[in-house]
Amino acid sequence: MWGMDVEITLNADGRVHRLDIDPRTTLLDLLRECIGIWSPKKGCDHGQCGACTILLDGKRVNSCLALAVAHDGAEIITAEGLTSDSGLHPIQRSFIEHDAFQCGYCTPGQIVSAVGMLDEARAGWPSYVTSDVGAVETRLTDEEIRERMSGNLCRCGAYANIVPAIREAADGVRHR
Amino acid sequence: MKPFRYDRAADIPAAVGTLARERAGVFLAGGTNLVDLMKLGVMQPDLLVDVRRLTSAEIEDLPDGGLRIGAAVTNSELAADRRIRSRYPALSQALLSGGSGQLRNLATTGGNLLQRTRCAYFYDTTTPCNKREPGTGCSALEGCNKDHAIFGASRHCVATNPSDMAVAMTALDAVVRIQGPGGERAIPVTELHRLPGQEPERDTTLEHAELITAVDLPPLEFSSNSGYRKARERASYAFALVSVAAALQVRGGLVRDVRIALGGVAHKPWRAHTAEDALRGAPATEESFREAAEAELADAAPLPDNGYKVPLARNLMMRALLDLSGGS
Repeated sequence: MWGMDVEITLNADGRVHRLDIDPRTTLLDLLRECIGIWSPKKGCDHGQCGACTILLDGKRVNSCLALAVAHDGAEIITAEGLTSDSGLHPIQRSFIEHDAFQCGYCTPGQIVSAVGMLDEARAGWPSYVTSDVGAVETRLTDEEIRERMSGNLCRCGAYANIVPAIREAADGVRHR
Repeated sequence: MKPFRYDRAADIPAAVGTLARERAGVFLAGGTNLVDLMKLGVMQPDLLVDVRRLTSAEIEDLPDGGLRIGAAVTNSELAADRRIRSRYPALSQALLSGGSGQLRNLATTGGNLLQRTRCAYFYDTTTPCNKREPGTGCSALEGCNKDHAIFGASRHCVATNPSDMAVAMTALDAVVRIQGPGGERAIPVTELHRLPGQEPERDTTLEHAELITAVDLPPLEFSSNSGYRKARERASYAFALVSVAAALQVRGGLVRDVRIALGGVAHKPWRAHTAEDALRGAPATEESFREAAEAELADAAPLPDNGYKVPLARNLMMRALLDLSGGS
């Protein structure tokens, strides 16, 4: 029984994959080693840096802490999958326009996290710095952006440009 | 990571039955702590029984006006729920102060309650740790213990419970619903976690194969006037040095009723009964809040590196109560 592979099916960036995997395989290793999607990065591999962030069934998560066997049937979107026939995602364009990275290692995770974060804000989710969590509407200030993006670390220290890049893409987003 | 078998049971009784037959097995929900512990070799289960899709992911209204939170409700969904935000804001704030946006989207209510301590020696498999390997000793007692307990520790373990959510639930008199081989039961959340005593390897009072299925929040007249404050070493995405959850009801300048719980100070969320008793009927003033906090902390037994937690806990309690009383 030990090491017995388990069959799972996943949709990753629009393509369906049927795979026999070791139950120890994380979604991060599955994407990088089995499927060949390399935009999610292995930074810390402990859920502390956010470089591996993906959208799992529409929600941003650390793919290094999710066992693939537990997510049979899931739909995954990585930074690569955010692009469409019409080109780059608005967040991706904003990161380029604002020079919101240096080495780029954390960037795919930052971008996917920002996309997930803006969806959360549109859904009216509060954050720890929201002064009144019961309030119906809160503005996505720089302080709110920093708090909501705190799960993504940049060791180059490009935060000074990351926040404006996200702020521009966030304009018009309000808590409901 | 050590190899393990993975089991996706058909329903809760099947999951409980499967785990009951496998002493070296554990339940898997969001996995945010468990998978990390398995990577590090701190936990080496032979079997994972996946319960994430078995327990409820809904928050239901109860006939008495309370709420029932399914064990699979994620930390982010729970924090964002309108009923929690308006009726139990301390719980929403506690959840939002924990982990990151990504972690909260995976982590579940049941899993949050069962997360293990973040004591650095527990995670370092090269050092003795009675919680990880009973009988080997406690490295934190003679080592760096700045993050450790000031209440209820033993000479076998000085670790703290890391949950923010559980601190708010402790202040709010939450009840944990459990299903196990012997049937169903419900216990106050204050009886879920335990002090280390001579068995620090046991974080909780749960028996093997018992599964948390839901958490009930009872109605509390003044729970809408509640909050959570957390002191940590960076502005976000860090565990509490000390935290406080409090709910306060003031009538005519007097404290009519109050709930206080502390995080980061003990092997379990610390319900501050002494402070609560001192406050009921007392004037809702800074002086009363200070006296009550100091009364609670009179029994604190800080370690060489964590004496700072005593004034920090006092100040956090005072600040939280002042905020809730509308004072400055």
